[in-house]
Amino acid sequence: MPSGQPAGRRRQRDLLATMSESATTDAVPSSAAPLLEIRGLAKSFGKNPVLRDISLQVAEGEFLTILGESGSGKTTLLRIIAGFESASSGEIVMGGERIDNLPPYRRRVNTVFQHYALFPHLTVAENVGYGLKVARLPKREIATQVEQALDMVKMTAYAAAKPAKISGGQQQRIALARALVNRPRLLLLDEPLSALDASLRRQMQVELKSLQREVGISFVFVTHDQEEAMVMSDRIALLRLGELEQVASPREIYNRPATAYVAQFIGHTNLLSGEVKDGVARCQSLSWRTGLRDGPGLFSLRPENIRLASAAGGSTVRFRGRILRQAFHGATELLQVQCSDGLVVSVRTASQENWSGDIDLEFSPADAVPVRASEIKERT
Amino acid sequence: MGRTLLSVALDFDLMFSRAYRAAITLPPLLWVAVFLLVPYLILFCYSFWSVSASQEIVHSWTQDNYRQLLQVNVYWHTLLRSMWIAARVMIFSLLLGYPLAYYLSFHARKKELLYQLVIIPLWVSYLVRAYAWKTILGSDGVLNTLLQYVHLTRHPLDFLLYSPFAVVLTLTHIYTPFTFLPIYAALEHIPRNLVEASHDLGASPFQTFWRVIFPLSIPGVLAGATFAFVLSLGDFLAPLLLGGPSGIMISNIVVSLFGAAYNWPLGAAISFCMLALVLALLFLSESLEKKWSFR
Repeated sequence: MPSGQPAGRRRQRDLLATMSESATTDAVPSSAAPLLEIRGLAKSFGKNPVLRDISLQVAEGEFLTILGESGSGKTTLLRIIAGFESASSGEIVMGGERIDNLPPYRRRVNTVFQHYALFPHLTVAENVGYGLKVARLPKREIATQVEQALDMVKMTAYAAAKPAKISGGQQQRIALARALVNRPRLLLLDEPLSALDASLRRQMQVELKSLQREVGISFVFVTHDQEEAMVMSDRIALLRLGELEQVASPREIYNRPATAYVAQFIGHTNLLSGEVKDGVARCQSLSWRTGLRDGPGLFSLRPENIRLASAAGGSTVRFRGRILRQAFHGATELLQVQCSDGLVVSVRTASQENWSGDIDLEFSPADAVPVRASEIKERT
Repeated sequence: MGRTLLSVALDFDLMFSRAYRAAITLPPLLWVAVFLLVPYLILFCYSFWSVSASQEIVHSWTQDNYRQLLQVNVYWHTLLRSMWIAARVMIFSLLLGYPLAYYLSFHARKKELLYQLVIIPLWVSYLVRAYAWKTILGSDGVLNTLLQYVHLTRHPLDFLLYSPFAVVLTLTHIYTPFTFLPIYAALEHIPRNLVEASHDLGASPFQTFWRVIFPLSIPGVLAGATFAFVLSLGDFLAPLLLGGPSGIMISNIVVSLFGAAYNWPLGAAISFCMLALVLALLFLSESLEKKWSFR
């Protein structure tokens, strides 16, 4: 996409043709210059800091999720990118151009709002055509593009309806079409699925992800739902109390959490705290060889990485424990096992009724991932 | 057994709630019936009676009063002038009230304070405000004295007071808060994320105002316009105090017909024409408001 042109929105004919064209180009984030770069961004409301030293890059065609609990500052970050809030310091560069001093209507960024924010006095088609109309495109062209956009989200039949007359899921699609029809370079989504019920939500997750692949536009998606983040994202930026804890692919963030907070927030984990001395990590009665330097150590060990001990002992760490509780999770069973020294660990096993008594367990040292301790931060 | 007990309890509850509903709705209904509907009915009868030469009410059915209304120029000319005054008051209060409401709702920092400043004049007696304009606009009033003092004029401007101008000015002053309030309420109800969505889609603040904010505030504008028009149309104090002969409004005629002129039947007929006019306007604005509301 050309850059450095006047700030007004540039549009081309055949929305979908160009969209699918860009989709054929490499969708995987490349090492080329990022589409969006956030450098040292901070924001405070009065004396209250909400974002601190945020640096983040979004590649062309990437699906990046900003994940965090409520109050983590994720929505504020999104609103700063969109231009609804201004940062206290730092800069935002998109396609080589600084945008943090531009008003929202001059940024080639579009947003899908949490509650969709469809214009109640306009029809579905007028809502979708709004951006094209204010850009003063010829009527005929608006009509064609709106038709294509409605077709893309399978809502052509509702073109003449007012937003109040369609369901939440349908409003969601219209909000998406209304944003995408402007061919933004970057689409921001503020918890767009949180108002939908569970089954529709899962369906929309899949649809949204495949739509993103199809159009090849970069998505920055905000959610508090870690599962949603895992399913949809190319990368996840985990935000905690206004600071980035880790930015990585879902697999990496799950398998190699950087901090204790990340390990606990994404999925379920056992945090083992102990000491490393002379190449051996020791947590109570458990010990294994490690390449870490001497000092206190904190390890994340996923419940599914602990197995029932097999006969062939290898380089695994073996221990014996008594089953305290079991919780049925459908395909799997989560056991609480107490070792002889009092340490309680969670273990995920295949589903089976009535676990009881003592069992022998093992895990491989490589699965005990060293993590940084997350300091307890008070919200100021 | 438990079931019957329950149903008895429910019946009692129902009975109680019926009695309760009657207790709270009857008094106001009675009030309206006795002091509004009945007098209106009596007045309606009057409008078909007439006055004899010996100043007595003749209780025989005639349509003369309504015919007179149409045939005597003074009456319907005054009615037209009243509507023209009311229309100007409506336009000026909208021109003043809308920007104020918009500023207060979207940009003001000290909303509560400014809101109070708009509301406070409502607590001041109508008469006080009307007399205030009299002292401002009079030939030796504040304005004329000032104009002569700075040598802008040599003689007092006499069109300021006792003219339709004075009436429009005073009524605009009095009814602007009435247009402001519904507009302000309508603007406050516009979800702010719609404004953000509009900016997000590339619309400038100007475009956003005309394409999103204004259309969504139309119900408030209609309500405010109706207030200003209907209330000014029926006003008789401002024209009485500040209107002079050229600023007479239809209500002044009604007042004199019921008073000095002693022609209740004609006064009643004019009143009912105005009532019909106002009801038609209310109906129109109501249906327009419905058309423009989306919640």
